[in-house]
Amino acid sequence: MEEIVDIAIIGGGPAGLSGAINAHARNKSVTVFSGNYQESGLYKAEKLDNYLGVPGATGADFLEQCRRQVEAYGIRTVEGRILNIMPMGDIFLISCGSEVYSSRTVILASGIVMLPSYPGEKELLGRGVSYCATCDGMIYRGRRVSVVAKSGEAVHDANFLKQIGCDVTVITDGREISGLSPGIRVIAGKKIEIVGDNKVEALIVDTVAVPCDAVFILRNSIAMSTLLPNVELDNGHIKTEPDMSTSIPGVYAAGDCTGRPYQVAKAVGEGQIAALAAAEYVDNREETN
Amino acid sequence: MAVLHLTKDSFDDTIKSGTVLVDFWAAWCGPCRMIAPAIEELGEKYEDEVTVAKVNVDEEEGLAARFGVMTIPTVIVFKDGVEAGKRVGVYPMEELEKMLP
Repeated sequence: MEEIVDIAIIGGGPAGLSGAINAHARNKSVTVFSGNYQESGLYKAEKLDNYLGVPGATGADFLEQCRRQVEAYGIRTVEGRILNIMPMGDIFLISCGSEVYSSRTVILASGIVMLPSYPGEKELLGRGVSYCATCDGMIYRGRRVSVVAKSGEAVHDANFLKQIGCDVTVITDGREISGLSPGIRVIAGKKIEIVGDNKVEALIVDTVAVPCDAVFILRNSIAMSTLLPNVELDNGHIKTEPDMSTSIPGVYAAGDCTGRPYQVAKAVGEGQIAALAAAEYVDNREETN
Repeated sequence: MAVLHLTKDSFDDTIKSGTVLVDFWAAWCGPCRMIAPAIEELGEKYEDEVTVAKVNVDEEEGLAARFGVMTIPTVIVFKDGVEAGKRVGVYPMEELEKMLP
């Protein structure tokens, strides 16, 4: 395992990046974990008119500028999907793809909190429903699997499953998908339901039944209930105190995941508060040890 | 006692009496590496009462299929050969500990 950083920031949007530069300013070691930022809602926003200082900027301009600023400070960013965060004694272990990282504190800045949304998804999670092809794929070698493609990484994961010998069907929402290996079936559909008695047996796409042993649902972010199971939520958002601390000591949250308004100004402010509180937490821990 | 590594040949003999905690894992699985220290610690802490063991699902596909392991890590506790508890996914040590007598 790699060295333990002071603050792991989950999310590379305005809240996470604001947290990163503020933590860096307090001399704390930081790693920012994020998916492909070009797939975020902000990146696709045409205009960012209600944030001070960047008149006329598009979401993409703004986010690129923020990332350049973070990079210029030498702050480490890791691209990948965070699967789990687990407290372990005084530190947190963070699994990102097949790697494991560790930190003294965590700032959750992962955007709007996702809830498991398809009928059958929650019930069959771990019984054939998975959020990580490279984690669970090997168990389904040589069997029929479906990939629900809600993120750009889905192509990579579907190809991985094909490569290890799965019979793969990709479900898209109708948008064109390119780069899939030959032999992968593609079905377009809007309404998805996962069915099975105690384990996944099929995926119903609109009215078509696709028999399969596993369903890999690949979204841009993972439901908080899966990511960090014991963190307290309030109406679907992460419950925070004024210093952006959550119900778990050492874990802070900032930005859209803490609630409305889903705006850059709020995210940047909360990112700063969370970073300062996390830095103080690290300092206090050092004093007591 | 150190953590045992079970195969199809040693599995049934090992679980048939007493309390045995089995961690189904694989080398390529990041979340499995995350719970590995907790499994080791349980092995040491409950040395006298519980047998703590691991099954590599890559090498023992039959055992994984037999116990319906579809996501790893999966931790199963057996009491006298009978499945008494199961946790699928990443759980901190305190949660795994709750499955023990």
